[in-house]
Amino acid sequence: MRSRSYCEALNEALHQEMARDPSTFVYGLGVPDRMSVFGSLVGIRERFGPERCFDTPLCEDTMTGFGLGAAINGLRPIHVHIRVDFLLLAMNQLVNMVSTFSYSTGGRLKVPLVIRAVVGRGWGQGYQHSKSLHALFAHIPGLKVVLPTTPRDAKGVLIAAIRDDNPVIVIEHRWLYWATGEVPEEPYTVPLGEGQILRRGSDLTIVATSWMNVEALKAAEILQRAGVSVEVVDPRTIAPFDERLAVESVERTGHCLVADNDWTHCGFGAEVAARVSEQCFGRLKSPVTRLGFAPTPCPTVRVLENEFYPNAEDIVRAVEAKLGLAPSDLSGEDFYSHERRFTGPF
Amino acid sequence: MKDATVNPPSLGTRSLELYKTLYTIRRAEELIIQYYPENDMKTPMHMSMGQEAIPVGVCAALRDGDQVFASYRSHATFLAKGGATDRFFAELYGRQTGTVNGKAGSMHLADPAKGHMCSSAVVATGIPVAVGAAFAHKRRGTGRLACVFFGDGAADEGAFWESLNTACVMRLPVLFVCEDNGLAVQTPAHVRQGYASLTDIISRFKCHVAAQDTTDVEAIRQTAEGAIIRMRASGQPAFLSFTCYRYLEHVGVREDFHLGYRSRDDYEAWRQRDCLTLQRARLVDAGHGEEALRSLEQDIDERLQQDVARAKVAPPPGPEELFKGVFHEKP
Ligand SMILES: Cc1ncc(C[n+]2csc(CCOP(=O)(O)OP(=O)(O)O)c2C)c(N)n1
Ligand SMILES: [Mg+2]
Repeated sequence: MRSRSYCEALNEALHQEMARDPSTFVYGLGVPDRMSVFGSLVGIRERFGPERCFDTPLCEDTMTGFGLGAAINGLRPIHVHIRVDFLLLAMNQLVNMVSTFSYSTGGRLKVPLVIRAVVGRGWGQGYQHSKSLHALFAHIPGLKVVLPTTPRDAKGVLIAAIRDDNPVIVIEHRWLYWATGEVPEEPYTVPLGEGQILRRGSDLTIVATSWMNVEALKAAEILQRAGVSVEVVDPRTIAPFDERLAVESVERTGHCLVADNDWTHCGFGAEVAARVSEQCFGRLKSPVTRLGFAPTPCPTVRVLENEFYPNAEDIVRAVEAKLGLAPSDLSGEDFYSHERRFTGPF
Repeated sequence: MKDATVNPPSLGTRSLELYKTLYTIRRAEELIIQYYPENDMKTPMHMSMGQEAIPVGVCAALRDGDQVFASYRSHATFLAKGGATDRFFAELYGRQTGTVNGKAGSMHLADPAKGHMCSSAVVATGIPVAVGAAFAHKRRGTGRLACVFFGDGAADEGAFWESLNTACVMRLPVLFVCEDNGLAVQTPAHVRQGYASLTDIISRFKCHVAAQDTTDVEAIRQTAEGAIIRMRASGQPAFLSFTCYRYLEHVGVREDFHLGYRSRDDYEAWRQRDCLTLQRARLVDAGHGEEALRSLEQDIDERLQQDVARAKVAPPPGPEELFKGVFHEKP
C-alpha cells in the first residue's frame, strides 16, 4: 500500500493534471508564496512556471469572474482560497454568473472552473476563518460541491473536478491535510456525485461530511466496544446529491444520524434528514438526528470552541440516546486534540 | 500575438453598413414599443434607444472573433455584434426559436457563436468575466480581445475597479466601454460620484483612455479603432467613455419626462443630434440617393416585421427545456 497525506494527494493530483493538460492553471491570493497553500502547491510554480501558477490582486469577486471568462475560452482554471470565508466576497460572481453561464447558453458553453477552498479550525481561527458554508453553495443550481475526506478521495475528487466541464467547488478541511492513507500513484478519478461507505455496520447509520467523518469513525470504534455496529456514510459530493447510498444504509439500519461540519439550521444535515425521512419513513426506528455547529459564530477561545464543535463524544452520546442505551464511561478515551498537531498561527 | 491590424476598411460601403445596423436596431426597438403593450413579450426591456451609436461604432471596430460582454441594456450590442433579428424577437417573445429558447429574455441576450458572450442584469458583473476572457485570449495567443459594455453606474461598483486594476496589472486585452448616460435608473452622477472626472482617474492606471461627447457613429468607430491599435501595440487595456442620452425610461418602452428628474428640453437637444439622423445626412451628403436609402430602409422594415410575425406564432419551449443546460451538455 502506498501511503500519502491528504495534502500530498492534492499536490499529486495537481502535478499530474497540470502535466497532462496544458490548459489548466492555478491562481489565487498568495498562491505562489512560500506557504504554497499549506503545502498543497509545492513544486507547481517551479515545474509549470509563473504563467500557470500565479498570484492575484486582492479581489475575490473579480478573480472568480476571471476564472469564468477563462473557462469559457478553453482554459481550465483552478482558483484557490486559503479560507472558505473569503469566497463570500465572490458570491456575486459565483451565484449570478458562474452558476448561470451554462444555462444562459442552453448548455452549449463549458465552464470547467475549479474552486478550492480551505476550511480553518482551531488555535483561535475564530468566526471569520473557520466556516465551511458548503450548504450555501450547494443551494445554488449549476454549482457542484464536493468535500473529500480521505487522502484517496482528495486526489481522485480533485482530478475529477479538474476534468469536469462545470464549475466545481472543492472544500478541503485544514485538519484533514495531515490525514494519511492509501493513495494510488497513477491518476484516477473519484466520480463526482457518488458517496462511499467508510465503515460498514448494521445498527445505525451516520452520514457525515468532511472532518466529521473522522469524528464519526472514532465514535463508531468506541460504540463497537459497547456492541453497537455503526455504518459511516460519506456522501463526498453534496451537490448534486445522490441520496441513494444514505437511504440504502438507513433501510438496513433503521437509524440515521447526520454529523455535518456546518451549522444545522437550513443546512446539509436538514437536507439529508428530509430525504431519509421521505424515503425511509416506515422503516425508521427513531427520528433522524442532526449534529452540527452550535448556532453561534465560532468563538476564538478553546474552551468555547470545544462547545461550538460537535466531536466523537457528542456522536457517541447522541447514538446512545437514539438507541436507548445508558451513557458509557468515556473517561479513558483518547479524543482528537488539535493542539497536539498544530500550534498556529494559521 | 498575431496580426495587429483592425478590420480592413472598405470605405464606400462602411458608412452605409453602419447606418443599416443603426437603422435595424432603432426599428427593432420601435417594433418593441409598438407590440410591447400587447403583453406578449413578458420581459423587462432596457432600451438602447438614443445610445445605439456606441455599440454600433465600437462593434464595427472589432473583429469577428473578438468577444462582447454586455449589460441588460443589450439590444444594441446584440444586434451590432451580428445577433440575428429573428432569434432576437423570438427570445423577447419567449419562444423555442429564441437565442436560448426563451430562458434569457431581453436581459440575457447572448450568441457565443457570434462573439456576444453574455448579457448580465446585475450591474458590472460582465466586467470581470471579460477580464478572464482576455486572459485566455492572451494566453492562447488567439489575438482576440474582450470588449465589455457597461453604464456609468457600473463604474460605482467595486467589480469595475477590481477588473480595471487586474486588466492593467496583468496587461490584458480588454476594451472597457462606458455608455455614460449620466443616470443610474433615475439617480444622477453627482449623487453617486465623489470625484470630478472618471477618465482623469483612469488615466492614472496603466491603460489607454479616451472620452468623447459624440453621437457620431463614425467618430466612435474611429476612437475604438485607435484604442485597439494602441492596445495591440502596447499590450495594455483601454477604457473608452462616451456620453449619451437614454431616450426612454430606465426600464420599459415609454418616455418618462413627466417624472421630473430630467427635462424634455434636454431630450430635444439630444434629439437634434440623433445618431441615425447624423449618419443618414452623411450618406445623403456623400451622394447616396434618397430613394435608394428609403428602399433599403423598407427592406429592413419588412424583414423585421416578418421576424415579429414569425416570433408571435412560434411555439413556446416544451417543459423539458426547463432542465436543459444547468450543466454543460455534450452536443
Ligand atoms: C448590483 C446591482 N445593483 C442594483 C441593480 C438595479 N439596477 C439596475 S440598472 C441600475 C442602474 C445602472 O446604471 P448604469 O450602470 O449607468 O446603466 P444604465 O442603466 O444607465 O445603462 C440599477 C441600479 C442591479 N441590477 N444590480
Ligand atoms: Mg447610466
